[in-house]
Amino acid sequence: MAPPVSNEDSYDKSRSTGKAMTEDRDRQAGGRPRLALQGISKRYPDCLANDHIDLEVLPGELHALLGENGAGKSTLVKIIYGVVHADEGTAFWEGEAVKILSPAFARRLGIGMVFQHFTLFESLTVAENIALGIDDSGEMRALSEHIRATARHYGLALDPHRTVHDLSVGERQRVEIVRCLMQAPRLLIMDEPTAVLTPQEAERLFATLRQLAAQGCSVLYISHKLDEVRSLCERATVLRGGRVSAECDPRAETTGSLARMMVGSEVVAAARPLPHAPGPEALVVSGLRLASADPFGSDLSDIRLSLREGEILGIAGVAGNGQAELLLALAGERLAPAPADVRLLGEPVGRLGPAGRRARGLAFVPEDKLGRGAVSEMSMAENTLLTAYLGGLVRCGLIRFGRARALAGRISRDFNVAAGGVDSPAGSLSGGNLQKFIVGRELLQRPRVLIAAHPTWGLDVGAGLTIHRELVALRDAGAAVLVVSEDLDELFEICDRIAVISKGRLSAARRVAETTSEEIGLLMGGLSDEEHAGGRHDAA
Amino acid sequence: MMLPRLEPRAEASPLARYLSPFLAAALALFCGGLLFASLGYDPLVAFHAFFIKPVSSLYGLGEVALKASPLLLCALGLAVGFRCNVWNIGAEGQFTMGAIAGGGLALVFPHGNGIWLLPAMILAGAFGGMAWAAIPAFLRTRFNTSEILTSLMLSYVALLVLSYLVHGPWRDPAGFNFPQSRQFEDAALFPILFAGTRVNLSCALPLAVLPAVWVLLERSFIGFQIKVVGLAPAAAAYAGFKEAHLVWLSLLLGGAFAGIAGVDEVAGPIGQLLPHISPGYGFAAIIVAFLGRLHPLGILVASLLMALVYLGGESVQVSLGLPLAVAGVFQGMLLFFLLGCDIFVRYRLSFGPGAAAARLP
Repeated sequence: MAPPVSNEDSYDKSRSTGKAMTEDRDRQAGGRPRLALQGISKRYPDCLANDHIDLEVLPGELHALLGENGAGKSTLVKIIYGVVHADEGTAFWEGEAVKILSPAFARRLGIGMVFQHFTLFESLTVAENIALGIDDSGEMRALSEHIRATARHYGLALDPHRTVHDLSVGERQRVEIVRCLMQAPRLLIMDEPTAVLTPQEAERLFATLRQLAAQGCSVLYISHKLDEVRSLCERATVLRGGRVSAECDPRAETTGSLARMMVGSEVVAAARPLPHAPGPEALVVSGLRLASADPFGSDLSDIRLSLREGEILGIAGVAGNGQAELLLALAGERLAPAPADVRLLGEPVGRLGPAGRRARGLAFVPEDKLGRGAVSEMSMAENTLLTAYLGGLVRCGLIRFGRARALAGRISRDFNVAAGGVDSPAGSLSGGNLQKFIVGRELLQRPRVLIAAHPTWGLDVGAGLTIHRELVALRDAGAAVLVVSEDLDELFEICDRIAVISKGRLSAARRVAETTSEEIGLLMGGLSDEEHAGGRHDAA
Repeated sequence: MMLPRLEPRAEASPLARYLSPFLAAALALFCGGLLFASLGYDPLVAFHAFFIKPVSSLYGLGEVALKASPLLLCALGLAVGFRCNVWNIGAEGQFTMGAIAGGGLALVFPHGNGIWLLPAMILAGAFGGMAWAAIPAFLRTRFNTSEILTSLMLSYVALLVLSYLVHGPWRDPAGFNFPQSRQFEDAALFPILFAGTRVNLSCALPLAVLPAVWVLLERSFIGFQIKVVGLAPAAAAYAGFKEAHLVWLSLLLGGAFAGIAGVDEVAGPIGQLLPHISPGYGFAAIIVAFLGRLHPLGILVASLLMALVYLGGESVQVSLGLPLAVAGVFQGMLLFFLLGCDIFVRYRLSFGPGAAAARLP
C-alpha cells in the first residue's frame, strides 16, 4: 500500500522519456531494443484489455511493468509469450517484426517466462519437471548435470533429484527460473515473482536477476509492489486501464508518485489504527491438531491463538503453510477433535459446523471468491442467501426474494460494487467487484468475530483501502477481526498484532509496534521462536 | 493447425438454453425422416403414423396421458437430484421396487376391499422406491461411491428380484405356469376416470406433485441449498449446507416418486405383476428431465413428447411393420441432439489459431 503522496505535478510521457534516458538507452543498446511492441491491442468480449500499447525492452535491462490488477499486465505478457494473440499491433524481436504464435515459438526466440502460479508436477523430481518443460531435453543424466551447472552459475541452490512436493515455495520458483535459464533466454518475464516469497527469499531473487541483467539478459518484471520496483528496476512502463499511462525511471520516483501513475488519482492511506484497549477473548484456539485433507497440505500442529474483541490479529505466512487448513478449522468446515479446541465468545464450538458458528456471531470471507464465496451462476441476490440466510431472508422454509434483492442492492451501494444489477450472475462481476460484494455481505451481517482470508486480494488500491477502513471500523465497533494474508504491508497497516504460520505451526503473536517485517519474514521462512533469539512474545 | 476447436463463449445466452430442446427435437425429427426414407418409407406417411395417428382419437390422447404420467413422476424426482449433482440413473430399479412393494401389498390382501388399500399401496410403493434409493445414498455419503454406478446396477438387481418373484413365490397358481402374479382385485386398481380410455386416477398424481416440486426447487431454501450443492459444492460447504443430508433427500425423493410411478403402472393399466412392467420409463425419464431443463414445467412438456415417442413407436410397428426399436432410436437421437445443442450453447466452433486462452503452455 502506498503512503500519502506529496504534491507533485502530473505525469506524462514527454517528461518521463526525457533526453537523458534516450541517451542512456542508446549507450546500452546501440539503439536496437531487444523487444519492441507497437500499438498492441487485445479485446476480450467484456473489456479492452490492451489498448495500443507500446513497450521497449533493451538488452540487459531490468524493466518493470507496473499496474494495478486489471490494468492489462497479464494480457500483455501473455501476448509476448505467445499464449494469447494480439488483435492489432506489431512485435519486433531484435529489430525484426515477428508473430509470436505459441509459447514454443517464444522460447525459440529466446523468451522465457516464470508464471505466478507454478506449473510443476508435485510428484516428479526437479529434473523430470525440467525435462517436461523444455523442448529438447536430451538424456536424463546429462540434463541433471546441466541443471546443476546452471543453478551453480547463478548461485541458486538446487538438487535435481529432489521431488517437487518436498520443496518450499521459494525453491519451486527456483526450479521454474532454472528451467527458463537452461534455454539461455535473452528476455526473462517474471510475473509477480515475490508474491509468494519471504522478504529474505525476495532479496536472493533480486541478486539473481541483477546478475542475469549484468550478463545481458533482459528482464521484464511484473509487479505492483512499488518498493521492489524502485530498488530493482532501471525503467518502468506503467499501465492503467489497458493503456500505457507513463514511462519512467523508478529509481528517480517516490513510491507515492509511482502509485499515482498506477491509480491515476491521489491515494489516501487508511488512517493508521489507534492503539486500542482490547476486550475479552472472542476466539480462542487451544492446542488444535488437525491432519490436512490434502496430501500435499500442511498438518496443523498444536495451534494456539487468542483473538480479543476490539483488535485485529493478522496471520502472515507463505502460501501453503497451513493457512487453508487453519481457515477451514476456524470456519467449521473441518471439525476439531474436541469441542473445547475452538471457543467462540466463550462457547466451545470445535464440533460445530459453519452454520452453527455463524449463528453464534462468526462471519467469514473465504480465500476463493468464485465457487466458494459465491456461486457464479447465481444472481447477486441469490448469493446473499449463501451466508445471510439467518438474517430474515427465509420464512417458513421459503426464500423472501424481495429482501434478498434489497440486501444485494445495499451491499452494492455501500461497497461500490459495479455490476449489472442485483439479478446479474455473480460470475459476471470482475474479480475486484466480487471481492467487494463478498466482503460487504459478511460485514453487513455485523459479525462479532470476522475471519477474512486475503481480504484485498485482487483489489485496486482504492477498493483495498475501502475494505481496510471497514475492517478497522468493525474493530472499533468492538468486533474481533482475524486477517490471514500473504501481503505483509497489508498486515502491518491494519493489524494490532501479527502471528506467523509456517509448516502448520503458528508463532506467538507480536504487537505490530514491537516487531519488524524482517522479524516476521524470518518467521515466515520457518525459523521458529526458539531459534529466533530476541523475539518478543506476548500472551497468545 | 487449422483443426476446428471448441472455444468457450463469453456468456451463454439464456434464450439459447431454452431453445436448444426445441432445436434438438427438430433435429431428431429431421434425422428420423432420413431414417424412414432410407428404410424405404415415405417420411411424411411415417411421420403421420408416428406422431399424428396416436393422438387422433380420444383413446390415443388417454394413452399419451397414461404414458406421460410415470415419466413425469420419475423425471420430477430425478430433476431434484440432478440439480444437486446426484446422478441417480436407477429410477428404473426404484420404479420396479415400488411396483413390487405396492403390488405385493395387493397380493397379500387379496380380499381387501377397503378404501385404504390403494393409499396404502401408494405408500408402500414410495417406501419401496426409497429403500432402493437409500442404498446408493448410503454408499455415496458413507464411502463416497459413485451413485451413477450403484443406482444403475441396482436397477438390474431390482429387475431380477421381480423376475424371481413372478417366476417363483408370487406366481399365479391358476396362471398356466406363465410368469405372472394373480390379477389384482378391483379395490387394488385405480378407478378409470374417462370411459373409453384407460386414463385412471393415478394420472392425477403427478399433476399434484408438480407444483410441490416447483415450490421446492424455485422458492424454498432447501431447493436453494440443493442448487448450491449442484453448482458449487465448495460454496455449499462454506455456507454450512449439509451436502450429505441433501444427497439423502434428493435420492429418497427420487426413489419415492419412481416407486409411486411403479405402483401406478401395476395398479393401473397392467393390473398384476409381470417380469417386465416398465418399457424403460426410469431410463427415459432421465432424457425427459434434461429435455425439460430440470424445470417442472419443462419436464411436463417433455414427458408428453416422450410419451408420444413411445406411442409412435408402437403405431409405426402396427401400421408400417417397423420394429419397436424405432422408438428407442428416437429417444437416443433426442438425447444426443440435446447434449450436442447444449455444447453449442456454451461453446462455439472456431477454426485456426484464435484467442488461445484454452492452450496454456
